[in-house]
Amino acid sequence: MGLDIRWPIGLMFTLIGVLLTVFGFVKKAASTSLDININLVWGILLLVFGVGMLLGAISGRKNPPAA
Amino acid sequence: MQAIQLQWIDYTILIAYVAFVIGIGWALSRYMKTSADFLTSARSIPTWVTGLAFISANLGALELVGMAASGAKYGISTAHFYWVGAIPAMIFLAVFMMPFYYGSKARSVPEYLKMRFDERVRALNSVAFAVMTIFASGISMNALAKLLNQLLGWDYNIALWVCSGVVLLYVLKGGLTSAIYTEVLQFFMIVLGFAPVVYLGLKDVGGWKAMNHSLQAVAVNPAALNLKDAGISYAPDAWTSAWTPVLAGSAHNPMGVDWFAMIFGLGFVLSFGYWCTNFLVVQRAMAAKNMTAARNTPLVAAVPKMFFPFLVIVPGMIAVALTSMPDKNYRIPPPILSEATYAKAVDVVKNARPADSVAAVKAVGDALGKKVAPDKIASLVAANAASKLSDPQIKQGLYNSIAENYYDGVILSLVKKYCPPGLLGLALTALLASFMSGMAGNVTAFNTVFTYDLYQSSRRNWLDKPRPSTITHRDGKTEDVVITPKDPADTHYFWMGKFITVVGILLSIGAAYFASMYDNAMDIIQLVFGFVNAPLFATFLLGMFWKRTTSTGAFYGLFGGIAGSALFHSLTIAHGNLPGVKGGYVHLAREFPSEMAQNFWLAAFAFIVCFTLTLVISLATSRTKSDADLKGLVYSLTPKIVDHNIPFYQKPAVVGIVLLIVCIILNFIFW
Repeated sequence: MGLDIRWPIGLMFTLIGVLLTVFGFVKKAASTSLDININLVWGILLLVFGVGMLLGAISGRKNPPAA
Repeated sequence: MQAIQLQWIDYTILIAYVAFVIGIGWALSRYMKTSADFLTSARSIPTWVTGLAFISANLGALELVGMAASGAKYGISTAHFYWVGAIPAMIFLAVFMMPFYYGSKARSVPEYLKMRFDERVRALNSVAFAVMTIFASGISMNALAKLLNQLLGWDYNIALWVCSGVVLLYVLKGGLTSAIYTEVLQFFMIVLGFAPVVYLGLKDVGGWKAMNHSLQAVAVNPAALNLKDAGISYAPDAWTSAWTPVLAGSAHNPMGVDWFAMIFGLGFVLSFGYWCTNFLVVQRAMAAKNMTAARNTPLVAAVPKMFFPFLVIVPGMIAVALTSMPDKNYRIPPPILSEATYAKAVDVVKNARPADSVAAVKAVGDALGKKVAPDKIASLVAANAASKLSDPQIKQGLYNSIAENYYDGVILSLVKKYCPPGLLGLALTALLASFMSGMAGNVTAFNTVFTYDLYQSSRRNWLDKPRPSTITHRDGKTEDVVITPKDPADTHYFWMGKFITVVGILLSIGAAYFASMYDNAMDIIQLVFGFVNAPLFATFLLGMFWKRTTSTGAFYGLFGGIAGSALFHSLTIAHGNLPGVKGGYVHLAREFPSEMAQNFWLAAFAFIVCFTLTLVISLATSRTKSDADLKGLVYSLTPKIVDHNIPFYQKPAVVGIVLLIVCIILNFIFW
């Protein structure tokens, strides 16, 4: 089907990752659970995942996988 | 459970997700040109996508809420749903059954049955399946609407209709592909949204070892946490070992099952019945782009599936461990009561006389309408008499003294406890996503079966059948002719598929209102699966691997199996339930220790009935299909697939064996 699903996955998690990271960085007190700034930590992880998916989608566009 | 306030960041994440799924539907809608595009994705999707959608389709209310609930009720033994149930069945599907499903070019599981047997078997299966998908979808949406109601204070009706509307929007636009894509999106949401909750929960209870240590104390006296009736005691490892308590017998584990019910009932009948014959999941593999991709779909799915217990069952165990630690100020949530009920009970506490604690306990219990812990009520009344407590303090005291658990609330209570704003939005969105895709998955399976197996087949067999007719000419002469109505163009089925999607959503909403009457959604779903799916696997097993199986044998065997399930259900009941919808409404022939045990035995019984009937009737009737007709449909008459063009480590059989070994190792680790 024409749409590479890695685009929406990558875009969405990049967006959520940025949101959580920024929120965790700005509102440190509100983001802490059990002494961990979980928003910051998890936001960065989601960002890495999202960007990874986007990179996959970009390389997939250059070299379309064999059917 | 008190409502929680979401902040702007949580709403942003929620809205972003909804926007993305609707956007996917929109982006896909321009590829939707034929009924095959809409209903079967025209067999074009890569393996990793179908693989993740394969497990994701099953990741609705059943998995998240039900598995955490069972994790709390039964402990690590719940993992048998994966390590004894799902994984072996998924491997069997990939290696043995997929070649027939995919190779036969059937568009649905009922259509395979039509090719292998006849229209009767197809009709029986497609009607039963259609009913089941509607119920599963309704249960999912009910859980979602309840969740939004409890947690965010949304109106149940509005939540139900709005969420169903979102599902309708993206399924109507992008069809099955839309459902599969959002299932993959949701898979990542679930894993990435819940992993931090599990991590924080484990950290809070002091790690895996500390959690097990607390659970051992709980197992000896589960009544202390209202997990079981007073006086019941298990060996310390009842919640923390997967096999030892089951092997010790049904009286020695909280699930109330023995090894036979576990291995035959759950492992063989229920799980193979579900994973190998349920069109909802099989449809995902059928959408794969080629045979190898179709066969690898369940194998790709098996890898994350194997580790799901850590994501979905462990939270239930964490909840029990937390409840047993007084300093954590946590309990497994009690049944949900309205503010008005609490307000009434708060007044009763204020007016109670501490001297007469028996009367006070009874009055409070009556006001709440629930069982209460007498000592806790007595001390609450005494504390209020000594120094006036505030209303919220009394309410908290009442909340803690209710001696009943609402297990389906476990997962939410943990999310609420550990997630700060932001992460909360992520976890809630993941939950929302799983429920919505539960509906989308069922509706997309429903519309395919309805359009192709019920509507198209009845047109072809009945409405559009060539029929003799007599034409009267102008000159008075008559002529006998055969009228052959034309099969409508594909656009007709395309629009029918869309129309049925709307109908399916409306029926699901009806089923959701119906489902709101039950407390443990999981048990209900298992029961429905027992009725419909358990006998079905016997039909497939005989049909695919024994060419002598006749259509008449299959039809009456299947019918007998479903009737057998209903009969079994009407004669048995689980301990603690009243005769009625939970069984035993005709006569009480046997009482099982738990609903789980009742379900497993029901499945085993239905399977044996169907298997025996099909076998006997097949031997007594003659075959209507020749060996040539059955080529590609029956194991012994189909050329073996030779996978010589792919490296050995990608061969389904090799991958299957490796996965099986890993699964066995997991069983031993948690023995």
